[in-house]
Amino acid sequence: MAVLTINDTSQAARGRSASTRRPFSLSRFGGRWLSPVLLLLLWEAGSRIGLIPERTLAAPSAVLGTLLEMVISGELPSNLLVSFARVAVGLLIGVGLGLALGLIAGLSRSGELAVDPLMQIKRTIPALALTPLFIVWFGIGETPKVALIAFGTIFPVYLNLYSGIRSVDLRLLDAAKSFGLSRWEQIWHVVLPSALPQLLVGLRYALSVSILVLVVAEQINASAGLGYLINNARDFMRTDIIVVCLMVYAILGLGADWLVRAIEARALIWRPSIVEQ
Amino acid sequence: MNAHLGFSTVDLAAHQSHPEPVVRLRDFTRRFGANTIIDGLDLDIAPGEFIALLGRSGSGKTTLLRTLAGLDEVRGQDVEVPDSRAVVFQDARLLPWKPVWKNVSLGLKGNNGRDRAEAALKEVGLGHRLDAWPLTLSGGEAQRVALARALVREPKLLLLDEPFAALDALTRYRMHDLVLSLWRAHKPAVLIVTHDVEEAIALADRVLVLDKGRIVAEERITAPRGERASFAGRLREKLLSHLGGDDHGEGVVPFAIAAE
Repeated sequence: MAVLTINDTSQAARGRSASTRRPFSLSRFGGRWLSPVLLLLLWEAGSRIGLIPERTLAAPSAVLGTLLEMVISGELPSNLLVSFARVAVGLLIGVGLGLALGLIAGLSRSGELAVDPLMQIKRTIPALALTPLFIVWFGIGETPKVALIAFGTIFPVYLNLYSGIRSVDLRLLDAAKSFGLSRWEQIWHVVLPSALPQLLVGLRYALSVSILVLVVAEQINASAGLGYLINNARDFMRTDIIVVCLMVYAILGLGADWLVRAIEARALIWRPSIVEQ
Repeated sequence: MNAHLGFSTVDLAAHQSHPEPVVRLRDFTRRFGANTIIDGLDLDIAPGEFIALLGRSGSGKTTLLRTLAGLDEVRGQDVEVPDSRAVVFQDARLLPWKPVWKNVSLGLKGNNGRDRAEAALKEVGLGHRLDAWPLTLSGGEAQRVALARALVREPKLLLLDEPFAALDALTRYRMHDLVLSLWRAHKPAVLIVTHDVEEAIALADRVLVLDKGRIVAEERITAPRGERASFAGRLREKLLSHLGGDDHGEGVVPFAIAAE
């Protein structure tokens, strides 16, 4: 009997603790999603009763339908691929140049003297302000779009790599020197790994800049890509297609962020916050 | 000299010149601007000798250690240090992005780095932390890794720069025993820089006191370690008097010299 009662109370206690816990976590979880879902429902309802005209903003259900249609017809994937290629090539050039210049300026005094003033001047010119000049130089094909993305992504990579290299812990460098490491070994084993966390911050900036520039660059007389889809949709007042493209831009941004997080989780595994997880 | 005391004051003028010292400094001087940090210093370290270097902050002991470690350039000076030397710093200075064994084998030539690192880490009692990240180590463990990293190079000269100052008392005593047993096993010449007189007496064959860039006292301890309690008190008083002896002015008023 006694055992039974003890069991009973412990079970009751367990049940109670579970029941006090569950609504708490549910309200937290549900709370995060409640307002966006409510907004979507209001939007849908507004469209259904005619409060929001379709030429102003298409209903969520219509957007979803259009999305499915565009995916099945291949219209969205093929144009997405075009936009993706622009970002990829632009980033490749921009990040590559940023890395090279950051290394030159970070690792040598004369390199710093040669590169840094130019980069600081370049920083004051917003990449998008160069659009007209790039059109004059490169025409209206793919080149100005890629060039704009490349131009916009050089600086965040350059600046973060440069300052990451310069903020290397001199005591670690001394230790490496005392063990007879050559200058290149010191750079490889000490300087570059210590600059990596900040370089990854720069890379994350570069990715978000690249998508921002892509949006604008694609409005330049494109014949394919997400910007082309948006421009066409604007001419035909297809707000559903515009919203689909906005969603795709958002997903591209999220994907870029996820990519850098994945790189960080692998490359910075030695950090205690990641080690402890 | 008072051999029965267990320690003896070395006559500074009559330097015992060992046949082949591993370290040999003659009239070594180092200046930064108008400040003379090291002033005409002579120093011989015999192979396998254990030397403690005492000095207040600003006495030049860090500069001397950096010179012996080859971290500062010595142009046109009579300085001989062995090529195979290693330093253990006060802070362990492990590279946080390399696992423990790669820190130990850093810069070693050849491809048996992991085996050599493992052997060295076993010697300091850390054979089980081979793949740990340095930031997960305790202070004592990190310092033992730093010792392993120094030993794996089989140095002729081992430099210890206040290596145990940041550790708690118990860990510090354990580290003393560890350092002594490693020294007996590998027989490098050791120079430990410290401001702890007890530590110097417990570990060294010879204690040097550095003040204003000069060696102002030198004591040779002949009694075996572990049998030094009998005279440690007297020796400590003597060394402390050298350390704090002429504390009248210059050390306390840093701008007096510049104003002159």
